[in-house]
Amino acid sequence: MAEPIKYGPARVLPGEQIPITTNPDTEPFWQAAKEHRLTACQCGNCGHFRMPPSPYCPECSSREKKWPTLPGTATVFSFAICNKNPANGEDYIYVPIVVDIDGAPGARLNANVTGCNAEEVHIGMKVTVEWTPIRDGWVLPNFRKV
Amino acid sequence: MAWANQDKTAIVGIGSTDYYVRGKSWPRTINDMAGEAIMNACADAGISIKDIDGIAYYSTAGAGYLDKFDTASLMETLGMPHISFSATLTSGGGGCPGAIGLATAGLMNEDAKYIVTLMALQQLPQHRLGVVFGAHAPSPESSFLQPSGLVGPGHLMSVLARRHMHLYGTTQDAFGEVVMATRANTHNRPKAVRKNPLTKEEYDASVMLADPLRRLDFCLETDGAVAVITTTMDRAKDCRHKPAVVHACAHGGQREWGRAFAWMGMPDPYFASSGHKFTADRIWNQSGLAAKDMDVALLYDHFSPMVLMQLEDYGFCAKGEGNDYVLSGKLRYDPATGKGTNGGIPVNTHGGNLNEAYIIGMTHIVEGVEQVRGTAINQVKDAEFALVSGGPASLPVSSLVLRSA
Repeated sequence: MAEPIKYGPARVLPGEQIPITTNPDTEPFWQAAKEHRLTACQCGNCGHFRMPPSPYCPECSSREKKWPTLPGTATVFSFAICNKNPANGEDYIYVPIVVDIDGAPGARLNANVTGCNAEEVHIGMKVTVEWTPIRDGWVLPNFRKV
Repeated sequence: MAWANQDKTAIVGIGSTDYYVRGKSWPRTINDMAGEAIMNACADAGISIKDIDGIAYYSTAGAGYLDKFDTASLMETLGMPHISFSATLTSGGGGCPGAIGLATAGLMNEDAKYIVTLMALQQLPQHRLGVVFGAHAPSPESSFLQPSGLVGPGHLMSVLARRHMHLYGTTQDAFGEVVMATRANTHNRPKAVRKNPLTKEEYDASVMLADPLRRLDFCLETDGAVAVITTTMDRAKDCRHKPAVVHACAHGGQREWGRAFAWMGMPDPYFASSGHKFTADRIWNQSGLAAKDMDVALLYDHFSPMVLMQLEDYGFCAKGEGNDYVLSGKLRYDPATGKGTNGGIPVNTHGGNLNEAYIIGMTHIVEGVEQVRGTAINQVKDAEFALVSGGPASLPVSSLVLRSA
């Protein structure tokens, strides 16, 4: 097998290149993020978590939603190591992570991680939320190695 | 329980254009290439283009990814006098072999007599496939994915591959063996884009695009068109070639897979899978067969790890044993015997999307037809059953078993 690659520091992608859009189902998540409050969509009837937020609970079909304030920590479920900024193709080391969100079993987020070298990221690694201002005044949850 | 439509229809015509490196098909147009593929398929079947009276699409009627096929335009271009079946499987390339099941539905409903399934792909500079997902502001749904920089299919697939490596000890060596084993099948194929044998050293030197995936783990980007014609068994007997009988066919999937790598919410063990378990179970139930009964497997190979995960989902090996199965050489085709090696079942005897051409899965159907006809370039000896798969992708994915007549 080829030698492991030494990538160096994992960076979050620049916020000024990142747009999002919202709809009435997803907007409460992003409004909470503006307040630096990590939440996830929870069924107001049965308590089941789901992400992204969607109109109905897939378990009990309720339309009732809750947006609890979560601890803001998470665990890396899987990841990739990428080396080109997708906005312009320039060299840029970033690590997209899929995380299990603490306090919201079954709900995941996809984000970037920083605070370590890319090659140090591993499945099971604990991370804590770090907020990245993005376009149009929105704020994106990214993560930092604990 | 046997499928009610088992052995009731057959693929009787296959046709294609040349395969071009991405962007090199210009100044040909999508409908020009689609027309050549359809007319070649008609000639292969021994019927007239005027006999075509149905079209069963997949990939939401996409011609490539940004163009759309339109039945009326195809009629205007090719002169079919009437069309009485025009339908599409939803989602993307995962529906490719499932479109033959859709054609079967149309035939069994007596809507049409000869149904064409086709794909044409052309990536002009403004139509680059790999950046399609990242080119625009994301939808509210994909606003939970795209900002992470997971913008290309290879990025997305690498996250699944990583989880498989974590859970089962799968190695990049196995991904390399998928590429090398199938590359070994293209040296004698005139239309193949990549024909040189691939060494492990060359694979290991391939640039890392989305760790753990290298450039050579990504499929080709090619232009071209492929069409196949499905008809009923009674009509198939009058066609030029031995029918490739539609023995089992299914599309769909389960909620735990869902939008898959456009979502990333799949629980274990579905996350590190190909999402094919559901349709695999369906075709094995339809046919009473199992992976061990296949003579050749044409597995959708947009990314090498997804071949390994399909081998597990279809039961060629147990879940988590894909690494050892692949590394033991069981994907390879032995031209001297016309069989697999080390007790395996040959995979992608045409070279697949990784090595021959990427026409969103259609080349796998063509190879399946040629194998059960007995006319394949890398013919598996006495091939009776060929498995063809489409996807992993967002649901539906699909599966097809072709039987020699």
